[in-house]
Amino acid sequence: MSVTEGKELRIIGFLCNWCSYAGADTAGVGRFAQPTDLRIVRLPCTGRINPLFIVRAFMNGADGVLVSGCHPRDCHYSEGNFYARRRLETLKALLPVIGVDPGRFEYTWVSASEGQRWRSVVASFTEQVHALGSMPRFMSGTSLDLCLRPAVQPRVF
Amino acid sequence: MASSLDELKTAIRKALPGLDVVIAWTAGPDALSHAPLFITEEADVARIEWDPRCSQNLAGYLPGLRGKKAGIVAKGCDVRSIVELLQEKLIDREDVVIFGLDCQGAVDARSARAALGSSRGVRDVAIDGASVCFSVNGEPRFFSPGEVLQSKCFGCAGADAGLCDHFAGERGLPPQFGNPPESTLERLEAMDMEERLRFWETQMSRCIRCYACRSACPLCVCQDHCAAQSREPHWVDQTDHPREKLMFQAIHALHTAGRCTECGECERACPMGLPVMTLKRALNRRIKDVFDYQAGIDPNQTPPLFEFREVETNIKEREW
Repeated sequence: MSVTEGKELRIIGFLCNWCSYAGADTAGVGRFAQPTDLRIVRLPCTGRINPLFIVRAFMNGADGVLVSGCHPRDCHYSEGNFYARRRLETLKALLPVIGVDPGRFEYTWVSASEGQRWRSVVASFTEQVHALGSMPRFMSGTSLDLCLRPAVQPRVF
Repeated sequence: MASSLDELKTAIRKALPGLDVVIAWTAGPDALSHAPLFITEEADVARIEWDPRCSQNLAGYLPGLRGKKAGIVAKGCDVRSIVELLQEKLIDREDVVIFGLDCQGAVDARSARAALGSSRGVRDVAIDGASVCFSVNGEPRFFSPGEVLQSKCFGCAGADAGLCDHFAGERGLPPQFGNPPESTLERLEAMDMEERLRFWETQMSRCIRCYACRSACPLCVCQDHCAAQSREPHWVDQTDHPREKLMFQAIHALHTAGRCTECGECERACPMGLPVMTLKRALNRRIKDVFDYQAGIDPNQTPPLFEFREVETNIKEREW
């Protein structure tokens, strides 16, 4: 039941167990139609998220990454999302430098009851990633292959 | 600088009996960069050198000398690394004696070698305002600071004399150089996203994974417990692929986010001359904008990622 037309992209969602994962569940229970590009990873808290999860996801071929957790002041562990907000905000400076469009990564807050909000977050983020298309991939092969590339071209004497 | 050197030697001679070791610079195998010197006897003090070739940040040796009384000779930028180590309680203030110096700029050995053609015959280097003079076999050769100095020297905040226990030379204003060379970050920002990815692909394909950047970094204190060597989680795999090498750089940058003082040791140590400080620069700029924080200024501050505010004034969250 793909809502977005065309090729499905790979979007990874890192969701906290207590709010956003339950919020996504609420959206499912409510049978809201959502794009199917998102693959969800459930985590105990957004404070568990190492920004390297997101970097690694992009390097392993993700086209977009969405992080969602409890609203500030609503964290199950009191302060996990406050730390997460600082880390993810910092990460936003790194991604464009290594060639990941800033539009491919977003973080937001969705509570367990906000099924409708979850639907609109997923729909608009998926649309945003689709507008950017699939992420340019690293070439396959090793560094040596890349170094040798000019050398293997036929020489003209 | 000769008088500062004499002042420094006198201060070290005086302090040496109370110290286990003093770290300074001496003439090394390369005529364009001085090597570290670990002084334990007074006779070694005569071997100390002080000129723009003292590029290496010696602060990285301090955490390994914890528990010993160590003296360290430091330029203004090196003091910032020491501040960061103090802030993170990786060294003890009462065990460290800092000998500050009036630095006029530090030579980037790689670009200086390229500019000179060779490092042979270089006897002395002096910086006089707008030009850097190398005396090569008795003949002076002049270059602009942008050609031969380290990029960090353009934006030098000067010597933090407040923290130094001794200070040799004049506590004047930091050197001001015009026309900084274009940084890799600026070059990258002129590119589109795919070009940036290809840029790193090409650069990182030259990386030999020697981890000199990690060994040289004064803040890389995990050493044998580095995430790059961990198998569980397996952050970086063993394949010789630019993606994995860039992943390591991302790890290094994120692990030093809010801590990195841009001392430039990672780039200086890189045998392939890769622009590995670029990612750290980008993160630092963001941290300055969002958290109004610069690493290595005040030993009593908390790094921004170690704390939070309930209401973050500079973070604009997206409305959905």
